Amino acid sequence: MTPLRYLRALGGIMLRELFRFVHQRERFISALVRPLVWLFIFAAGFRSTLGVAIIPPYETYILYEVYITPGLIGMIQLFNGMQSSLSMVYDREMGSMKTLLISPLPRGYLLVCKLLAGVLVSLLQAYAFLVIAGLSGVDIPLSGYISVLPALILSGLMLGGLGLLMSSFIKQLENFAGVMNFVIFPLFFLSTALYPLWKMEESSPWLHGLAGINPFSQAVEMIRFALYGQVNPYAIAYTTVAMLIFVVAAIVGYNPSRGMMQRKTGAP
Amino acid sequence: MKNLMTSKARAYPVGLVVGWLIALPLPAETVYVTLEKDNALAVVDGVQGTLQKTVSIGKRPRGLAASRDGRLLYVATSDDNSIVVLDRASLTVTARLPSGEDPETFALSSDERRLFVSNEDDNQVTVVDLAGRRQIRQIPVGVEPEGIATSADGSWLVSTSETTNMVHWINPVSLALIDNTLVDPRPRACAFTADSRQLWVSSEMAGSVSILDTATRQLVKRLTFNIPGVTREKIQPVGIALDAARRYGYVALGPANRVAVIDAQKLEVLRYILVGQRVWNLAFSPDGQSLYTTNGLSNDITRIDLPSHKAVKSIAVGQSPWGVVALP
Repeated sequence: MTPLRYLRALGGIMLRELFRFVHQRERFISALVRPLVWLFIFAAGFRSTLGVAIIPPYETYILYEVYITPGLIGMIQLFNGMQSSLSMVYDREMGSMKTLLISPLPRGYLLVCKLLAGVLVSLLQAYAFLVIAGLSGVDIPLSGYISVLPALILSGLMLGGLGLLMSSFIKQLENFAGVMNFVIFPLFFLSTALYPLWKMEESSPWLHGLAGINPFSQAVEMIRFALYGQVNPYAIAYTTVAMLIFVVAAIVGYNPSRGMMQRKTGAP
Repeated sequence: MKNLMTSKARAYPVGLVVGWLIALPLPAETVYVTLEKDNALAVVDGVQGTLQKTVSIGKRPRGLAASRDGRLLYVATSDDNSIVVLDRASLTVTARLPSGEDPETFALSSDERRLFVSNEDDNQVTVVDLAGRRQIRQIPVGVEPEGIATSADGSWLVSTSETTNMVHWINPVSLALIDNTLVDPRPRACAFTADSRQLWVSSEMAGSVSILDTATRQLVKRLTFNIPGVTREKIQPVGIALDAARRYGYVALGPANRVAVIDAQKLEVLRYILVGQRVWNLAFSPDGQSLYTTNGLSNDITRIDLPSHKAVKSIAVGQSPWGVVALP
C-alpha cells in the first residue's frame, strides 16, 4: 500500500462529500439559515440581557449577538457532525457504504477520511456564517478569521467523531429523531453556547456542573478564545481528549469482527 | 532613591534596557477618576489598563479637572462643600477653595485665573479667584444649575439649570448675565466646540442634545437617539466630549450604557458604542486617540479606541466612578 493510495482514497472521499454538499444546496442553505435565525431573531430579542459582566476572552462589554456567535459556529459543526452520521446510516442502508468498505485500505483509515471530509464541509459552512455575521455588524477582529481555523478543525473533528460514533449505534434512519432529542438538544442547550457558565450557576449549580463537563461547551469556549487570537488550554485539552475518545470508539465500533456493530447486527 | 535606582540598575542592566526599549513606543497615559461612593480618586494606567492606586480625597468627590500644565488636579468634594486642589505628583491636597454649598461640576476660565462652580441647591454660580483662593461673586441663575462650561476664546461662561431648562450666558470677565436660551428638559452637561462657535447641551429627561450657535445663542439642531433594543426612557444623555478638529462629538447616554458617536459637521448620529452601566462622563486621552468613560453602576471605566470607534477594555476602578481626566 503506497502512501499515494492513501492520499487518493482521502481525496476521493473528500471530493464525494464536497460534491454531495454542493449538490444538496438546500442542505447548505439550511445549515446557514439555522444559526442566522438564532443570530438575527433570538439574539436580537436578548440584546440587552447580557452585557452585565465581563468574562474572558472579552475585555469589555459585548452585545449578546457577539456572545453567541462562537456558540452558533459550534452549532453548525454539531449539526454537520450529526448530518454526516445520518448520511453514514443512509449510505449503509443504500449499500454505498459497502463500496467504500470494500477498499483494501484499513477500515479505520477510511473512517478517518470520512471524518476529515465532514470537517472540510463544516469549515465551509462555518466560514460562510462568519462572513455573514461579520458583515452584519458582529464585531470579530480580522485576524480572528485565521486564528479560529485550528480551533474549528479540532472542534469539527470532535463533533464529527461523535457523529461517527452515533452512526454505529443507529440501526435505522428513522431513529434519527431520537438523536435530535437525546444528543443535539442537550448538547446545545446545556452548554456555554447561549449563556455563560456564571449565568447558569445563578439559576442552578446542577446545570452549571453539567454544562461544564459537556464537551460541546469546551469546544465552544475554544472557538470563542481563538476568535480573539487567544488560547484556552483547558478547553483545547478537553476537546482533544473527547475527540480521541469519540474517534477511537467509533473506529472500534465500526469493526464488524468485534465491537458494537457485531453485537447490534446480531452476527451469527 | 538614587541609591536604590543605581543598585537596581547594576543588578538588572539588561532588563532595564530591554524594559526601556519596550516601554518607549507606548505613550504613558494616566487616567484619574473620582469615586463618588468611595470618597476617593482612582489612578489608572490607561495604556496597560490597570488600576494603580486609590487615594482618599474627601466626601463625595464628583467634578474633576486638571490645570493645563497638568500639575494640579481640581476635585469637587460635594459633601465637604469645597473644591480641593491636589498636587498631581504627590496626590496630596494643597488647597481648599471656597466653592459654596454642594459643588458638583465646575469649569476653569480660559486664562485659568478663575473657577466657576455650579451650586445646585442655592441656584447660583460661585466665582472663585484661584490666586487668592477666595470667592469673588455668586451669580444667581435658574433653579438647580448643573452643567457649566467656558469657551476657549474666553468670551463665554454658560451654566445650565436642570429645572428652569435654560442655558444662561454669562460674560466671564464682567460676570454679567447676558442672555438665556430655553432648551429641552433637564439639561445636564454642556460643552463648547474647540472653535467656540457652538455649544452642545445634553438634556437628560428629553433624551436629546441641543446644539446652539454661540453668535446667535439660538438652536442649530436638536439631536435625538434611537438605539435598537433599548427603550427610550433609558436614553439619558449626560457627558459630552467634542474633539479638537470638530470631526466627532461623543455623548454618554447614561442608563442606555452606550456612547453615541456624532458627526460634528453634519450633526448626525453615526453609531453607538456599548460601554459599562450608566455612563456619565467622558474624557479624551492626551493624544486624542482614546476616549475614557465613567460607568457609575458597573463601577468601571471603559477605554474606547477612537480611530476604530470600538470599546477596547473596561477597567474596574471602585464604587460609582463619576468624573474623569486623562493626562500624559
